Amino acid sequence: MELTGAQIVVQALIQEGVIDIFGYPGGAVLDLYDALDQQDAIRHVLVRHEQGAVHAADGYARASGRTGVALVTSGPGVTNAVTGIATAYMDSIPLVVLSGQVPTRVIGSDAFQEVDAVGITRPCVKHNFLVKDVAELAVTIKKAFHIAGSGRPGPVLVDIPKDVSQAKRRFVYPKEIELRSYRPVTRGHPGQIRRALQLMLTARRPVLYTGGGVILDRAAAELTELARLLGFPVTNTLMGLGGFPGTDPLFLGMLGMHGTYEANMAMHEADVVVAIGARFDDRVVGNVSKFCPRAKIIHMDIDPASISKTVKVDVPIVGSVKLVLSDMLTLLHQSGRRPDGEALAAWWAAIEGWRSADCLRYDRHSAVIKPQQVIEQLYQLSNGEAIVTSDVGQHQMWAAQFYKFDRPNRWINSGGLGTMGFGLPAAIGAKLACPDDQVICVTGEASIIMCIQELSTALQYQVPITVVNLNNRYMGMVRQWQEFFYAKRYAMSYMAALPDFVKLAESFGHVGFQVKEPEQLRATLEQALAMRDRLVFVDVLTDPTENVYPMIPTGAGHNEMILV
Amino acid sequence: MRHIISVLLENESGALSRVAGLFSARGYNIELLTVGPTQDPSLSRMTIVTSGSDEIVEQILKQLNKLIEVVKVLLLTEKEHVERELLLVKVMAQGAMRDEIIRLTEIFRGHIVDVTETCYTVEVTGDGEKIKAFLRTLPTADIQEVVRTGVAAIARGETTWRLP
Repeated sequence: MELTGAQIVVQALIQEGVIDIFGYPGGAVLDLYDALDQQDAIRHVLVRHEQGAVHAADGYARASGRTGVALVTSGPGVTNAVTGIATAYMDSIPLVVLSGQVPTRVIGSDAFQEVDAVGITRPCVKHNFLVKDVAELAVTIKKAFHIAGSGRPGPVLVDIPKDVSQAKRRFVYPKEIELRSYRPVTRGHPGQIRRALQLMLTARRPVLYTGGGVILDRAAAELTELARLLGFPVTNTLMGLGGFPGTDPLFLGMLGMHGTYEANMAMHEADVVVAIGARFDDRVVGNVSKFCPRAKIIHMDIDPASISKTVKVDVPIVGSVKLVLSDMLTLLHQSGRRPDGEALAAWWAAIEGWRSADCLRYDRHSAVIKPQQVIEQLYQLSNGEAIVTSDVGQHQMWAAQFYKFDRPNRWINSGGLGTMGFGLPAAIGAKLACPDDQVICVTGEASIIMCIQELSTALQYQVPITVVNLNNRYMGMVRQWQEFFYAKRYAMSYMAALPDFVKLAESFGHVGFQVKEPEQLRATLEQALAMRDRLVFVDVLTDPTENVYPMIPTGAGHNEMILV
Repeated sequence: MRHIISVLLENESGALSRVAGLFSARGYNIELLTVGPTQDPSLSRMTIVTSGSDEIVEQILKQLNKLIEVVKVLLLTEKEHVERELLLVKVMAQGAMRDEIIRLTEIFRGHIVDVTETCYTVEVTGDGEKIKAFLRTLPTADIQEVVRTGVAAIARGETTWRLP
């Protein structure tokens, strides 16, 4: 039987096991919406802006480990989606974004709602396709899912002209797909793994520095086993939090610009650094010439282009970090060898010395609410088990510092692109992916406004999340940089004319609370988190002068942190 | 350092712009770029002349390999190879210069491919240095129009570049 292109798309999604998609209709995708309307296997979640659709699909993917799917119309539908696509691209999140396009016969004529979707998204997708023939449609969707989810994951856009979604064709979905030009490496080179292990076993001051790759490749168990067997300290990047238990004594906290003193000092003094699924981002490395001056560097990564991109690596291992780590564990078990206990004990003594600086301390008796305290209480009240999404800025750093993630896929934030507006739609996506988990969106009053319309989506689909707004009346991180580096000239960083967030939440049909006094904080958060059947928006008025510490200023080394 | 990179890629619309976009987005130089079909109609071959340190060239090779439509990437300047460019130049040819240009063209094993009462169009092939040398022999004021292709380059010897 022949199906329309639109029906083929729906059938292909079903074949891929898709059960939820996020989107917004429009002229060029009317046929796709019509086809979606006539089936029950896939739930479509109507967002209020295409950026929200992609962020929600992204949050869904990060929480579940499955490929997220978004559907947008041509023209402004695609341009609105671009921020979401770039966000997913920078953090290597597997997404398939389906976009409508004007009919093939008018492509290039500046038709109504026409943009060159493939051209506009090219620099921020792993790959993209314009499907010009219905005969290519099913196989293109197969390719899109294959590319998005394998190797170093990323977003793939499939642009579908309206006449292609109307044309008819017999539906045949390929079981497997082979692309001669795309064959990501999986197993690491055994010789390199052996060399790396040798280096690790003779290390006197080792550090495991691990990133989002551990989470994407589901390698947390292997990493944890290796670290515990060797007794090595572990630090995580912002993207890697949860890849190693945050409450484990081996854990040094996050590293980098707002990482802990002990993590950064350990990196600076290390003689062997093992980078696992991390990409030496500038917010981690700081000044390249001062980075890990005494260390031999081992780097495991699925993406060969990540290796020696910014920092020269001594032992590169290209491969799936899960497989590389498990091969390394096998070798370690076979050899029975362990690192030098005495050297490690001396190394740990040095680390404990740095730890005793208590770099995350803050005034616990302040008369105004300290933002750090809010995150600490959220952590306690949710037993450390919530999925936490965040927006971008100070609140994001505090959430990363003070919420201790013991499991992967629990910490969801825009690390690479730093997209304000990400948190709320990502929380909606995460909650729909994991309905039994508690989901908290930690945000700030500047970020939340950027995708506030998604409160409406949350009502329509009854998505009971807790939004915690650290409201300091400033774009806090901008204000902090202005205080430190621009002689306290606070250009445009004060948030004048803020809405009443309680009424705002209520007007969207949700519950709103406001907290001003430290004494009310715990009870209010407790009450909010206990309301598990509806969205609760908690507006917390926090100290507007608080800064994120410690901090490595631009151009400095890891040993040159500003402490409180 | 100057490098020649050969790229085999799927003969699909948009593949060229992916390569060009990669170079501009990451700030790599493209000095010359040629692209054309190969003996396999499903593949195109692109020859890129670029410059940069060893680290940058290594990144360029990796980033090219990362493009989904790129099948193979080869750094030709690591191997013995032959490279050729083609020059078409329209030059004033009057009086004594009419014979002089013919002689120069012969020395450079070129051809005069179009003739009018006042000018010649000359075709010369060779590597970049030869093309430059030929242009230097012509009186600058008489050169009317210069058209150059990029580089076509191939490794010497019997090793060929086939797909698995």
